[in-house]
Amino acid sequence: MTSFFLNGKPVTVDDDPSTPLLWVIRDSLGLTGTKFGCGMALCGACTVHLEGAAIRSCVAPLSRVSGKHVTTIEGLSPDLSHPLQRAWIEIDVPQCGYCQSGQIMSAAVLLKENPKPTDKDIDEAMSGNICRCGTYSRIRRAIHRASQLATERRPS
Amino acid sequence: MSHLYDPYKSTSPLLTPESSSPLPAKTLRVPRRDFLKTSAAIGGGLCFAAYVPELAARPLKNSPANDGSFAPNAFVRIAPNDSVTIIANHSEMGQGIYTSLPMLLNEELEADWSKIRVEAAPVDAAYNHTVFGLQMTGGSTTTPSEWERFRKMGAMARLMLVEAAAQKWSVPASQCHVEKGVVIHNASGRRASYGSLVVAASQLKPPTDIPLKDPKQFTLIGKPTRRLDTPSKINGTAQFGLDVHLPGMLFALVARPPVFGGKVENFDASEALKIKGVRAVEQVPSGVAVIADRFWPAKLGRDKLKISWDEGANAKLSTSQMLADFSKQSASPGTIAKKTGDAAGALASAAKTITAEYDVPYLAHAMMEPLNCVVDLRPDSCEIWTGTQFETVDRANAAQVAGLSPEKVQIHTTLLGGGFGRRANPASDFVVEAMHVAKIAKAPVKVVWTREDDLAGGWYRPMWHDRFVAGLDGAGNPTAWTHTIVGQSIAQGTPFAQYMINKEGVDSTSVEGAADILYGIPNLQVDLHTPKIGVPVQWWRSVGHSHTGFSVESFFDEVAHAGGKDPYELRRQLLANQPRMSAVLNLAAEKGGWGKPLPPGRGRGIATHFSFDSYVAQVVEASVEKDGTVRVHRVVCAVDCGRVVNPDIVKAQMEGGIIFGLTAALKTEITLENGRVQQKNFHDYQMLRMFESPEIEVHIVPSELSPTGVGEPSVPPVAPALTNAIFAVTGKRVRRLPIRAADLVAGSGARS
Amino acid sequence: MTAVNASRYRHSSALLCSASALSLLMVCQITVIHAAPQGPKPDANASREAFLQVYKVFTSPRCQNCHPPGDSPLQGDDSHVHLQNVRRGKDGHGVYSMRCNTCHQTTNLPGDHMPPGNPKWLLPTPEHKMVFVGRSPAELCRQLKDPKQTGGRSLQQLLEHVSSDDLVGWAWDPGDGRTPPPLSRAETVAQMKIWVEGSAACPQ
Repeated sequence: MTSFFLNGKPVTVDDDPSTPLLWVIRDSLGLTGTKFGCGMALCGACTVHLEGAAIRSCVAPLSRVSGKHVTTIEGLSPDLSHPLQRAWIEIDVPQCGYCQSGQIMSAAVLLKENPKPTDKDIDEAMSGNICRCGTYSRIRRAIHRASQLATERRPS
Repeated sequence: MSHLYDPYKSTSPLLTPESSSPLPAKTLRVPRRDFLKTSAAIGGGLCFAAYVPELAARPLKNSPANDGSFAPNAFVRIAPNDSVTIIANHSEMGQGIYTSLPMLLNEELEADWSKIRVEAAPVDAAYNHTVFGLQMTGGSTTTPSEWERFRKMGAMARLMLVEAAAQKWSVPASQCHVEKGVVIHNASGRRASYGSLVVAASQLKPPTDIPLKDPKQFTLIGKPTRRLDTPSKINGTAQFGLDVHLPGMLFALVARPPVFGGKVENFDASEALKIKGVRAVEQVPSGVAVIADRFWPAKLGRDKLKISWDEGANAKLSTSQMLADFSKQSASPGTIAKKTGDAAGALASAAKTITAEYDVPYLAHAMMEPLNCVVDLRPDSCEIWTGTQFETVDRANAAQVAGLSPEKVQIHTTLLGGGFGRRANPASDFVVEAMHVAKIAKAPVKVVWTREDDLAGGWYRPMWHDRFVAGLDGAGNPTAWTHTIVGQSIAQGTPFAQYMINKEGVDSTSVEGAADILYGIPNLQVDLHTPKIGVPVQWWRSVGHSHTGFSVESFFDEVAHAGGKDPYELRRQLLANQPRMSAVLNLAAEKGGWGKPLPPGRGRGIATHFSFDSYVAQVVEASVEKDGTVRVHRVVCAVDCGRVVNPDIVKAQMEGGIIFGLTAALKTEITLENGRVQQKNFHDYQMLRMFESPEIEVHIVPSELSPTGVGEPSVPPVAPALTNAIFAVTGKRVRRLPIRAADLVAGSGARS
Repeated sequence: MTAVNASRYRHSSALLCSASALSLLMVCQITVIHAAPQGPKPDANASREAFLQVYKVFTSPRCQNCHPPGDSPLQGDDSHVHLQNVRRGKDGHGVYSMRCNTCHQTTNLPGDHMPPGNPKWLLPTPEHKMVFVGRSPAELCRQLKDPKQTGGRSLQQLLEHVSSDDLVGWAWDPGDGRTPPPLSRAETVAQMKIWVEGSAACPQ
């Protein structure tokens, strides 16, 4: 049995500790927002946060997260209120949408560590996430926009 | 925490496909792929229905409308709580049709946009493509197919709701109008919401005369409108095929032969069966299936399988050998696909001739969501959940495996994590295989492909070789153009062959973009060799245009340079009789700064391409580093796709197609040695990434003509615009994709 | 025959890689035995010769891929630039959502081209990049002796780095599909010792 916190809630699973976290989250715990794209940490569709840092869950063994906090796209905000989600809606980033959970989870770490990222910062933070539909230019715009939104006062 | 898919509740006996009704003449022009215009029985027992407007115009029997909603036709339901459900008969694979179809319908329905939700249609003849006569998504045709029908379906609903209100108030309907889903009596100001009228409206007869708005009155069509599917795609709730979960569901992976057409000789499952969670290992027609409680044990189990294969006839296939064979073949003329004037004579008398050969490789679609299919097979029925572009075909093929009639098979179309043509498989390969696995599993089962399975799984864009000869007159104008194409037909051996291949043997998709070039060259000949090779091939975003765009527009650039002409000016000159293409060409050149100075080391290239009835021109700015690495800085795209439904979606599709085309130009190829696909995953089948993607600018030419294709037309011109830019800055002509850094290092062999 | 030339089989199977690695090791072992000094203290010539052996190891893909000239690590037996635009970062552990341990675990994952792993997976820090790629033997030799470039590490400390650092040790257990350096770790340490003890002479 392995226990960890998923989006703040304690969970316990009986998967083999070597099972990639991705499949534990998707198949055993039923949260399917985190996607399978390559299984080799090449595409970033499976990106989640482990104690606030981005990891590729398709190659992270379950044992790595024992006792720790894992956040998936479902846990980013309860109501689409994260600045990245607001910017993503405003700019209509997704096409097929399959890679977008991973894109947003990567971008969230970037913005947390660097609230005013440059294009170069975005290139460095986001080049591990593939988008076959080619939404890169909108992802870039949306990250800049989210950066603005995060610092603007929210309307009350 | 339950994230179970909410299966579509309809248990309606689906309408029997009509197979004999003559089609009413449709005005939509899709000349290239009108192969299904007439209804027809197709090999293997497949029976495609014609589009019958009357079918669409009535609700499905026992449809969910019977929950108290008003369902005037098969495409819209309005509930007592004012919510509006629009039933999408085309699949959402990123191209935005779950937003643009509702826009079409609601332009006439005039419901409150915020109350609209979208549901995937079940498989039914009512939902057939208005031109192709089967339920499918592809060919950049969703908007052209539905442009009129969806507006009519919306108008029909509005007319009935207004009539219901008018009768309630005993006033003429003509004295009422609608605002955001509320019928208002002009004089008295009385109001009735659509939801309050559903019972009364349901009692009315549908109108026979359904006038549509004058486009000048459009309030939704033509306006940038946010996509309805964005919220679900950024909070993890969007349901792709891979996300479907049924109670008691098992998971399966299939070990497929290492060589196309190979067969299992025998296998040893003893180690696989030792993996905890593996339930069964059984042979299926496509290989050996490992069925387990979860994905991961199925994967571990498959890794442990020992299989000996009868590799069959394709065990020696080699793409490098094919490359040589194709080139040799192109030296002799093939079957004539197009002949205007006397190309041979004009070449003989030309002041100058130039010749060149181009090559492009097999390409995999590599959708981000690998193929998958969930099947719940029961003795007398079957339900399938998958992201497909080919519902009618898949249902027929699945029914055949199940031994059921097609009406007993339901397909729930989920969101598609990319399609690009792969999910419209003529053999329904990923569905049929899952049916066979389901027969063994005896429980609902999800068959999942890994990325390795996807890349090695075939059904590629064919490999192509193009040989050109052009003749120029003394002033440098091209007077003759011959183009010999060598490559497999995507239709051969499929039920579509009889519609796509003419009696001379020319597959129209092999020569599209080559036989129909818009340039005014007086003597033109295009001919085709169609070798038969055991690699399964298929349509791939932009289909034949994906190779002709590159070769034709590159060679055109060569012709311009050979004649001492500016490539943009020569295009202008030879497109003088093509006002729509001239307009996009001029717009792209203007916005791309053609002729203006560039930073040192940068070159500019231009290309045009007509495909899917749309006109696109692009200008690319690129540079080449010392080690041959190509940097694409900026792409300017101009498009005329007729009347635009949602300009922001058109822009997004242009942007996406440009990245898709650049990936093919710069990165990807599928190669075979000893019959084996050499590429495994994204480390050796690389996608363009954020740090490599250019700034993209899209400009739309306003038009009042009927809408044309949007999903594919931006793909073909970007590779040649890029290689033309590379030529401009390095003097090196790229004639083989993907572009290789080694060919661009100073002193390397790429010919100029 | 050098490791770099012999190991350009980026797409070769694990079997091929390990087979070629094995034959390389055999060749190297023979070389080492013949070069092994007999006397108490190696002379400058022996030191220089030994450094050339060490150099082969340091410029093998397993070592040089993490000692790149720019700020991106290299990958594979062909030492191509890391595909995902990975950056060194302030601490050598990457940046933002592209930290080394975003993908790299504490151990190698089974399978060709799967991310290799080690608990310490990182690049040298930006202050002391310790570039191996593109250095001639003489340049690399001088660099290793320059405390400004090594972050003040003595030759003894560098010897220790090579002999006992866990991450350095990964090079000799690099996982499926990656060719190990041309000399074993023990042989590399032995040669480095000869180089250091023979006054760390540098090739011309």
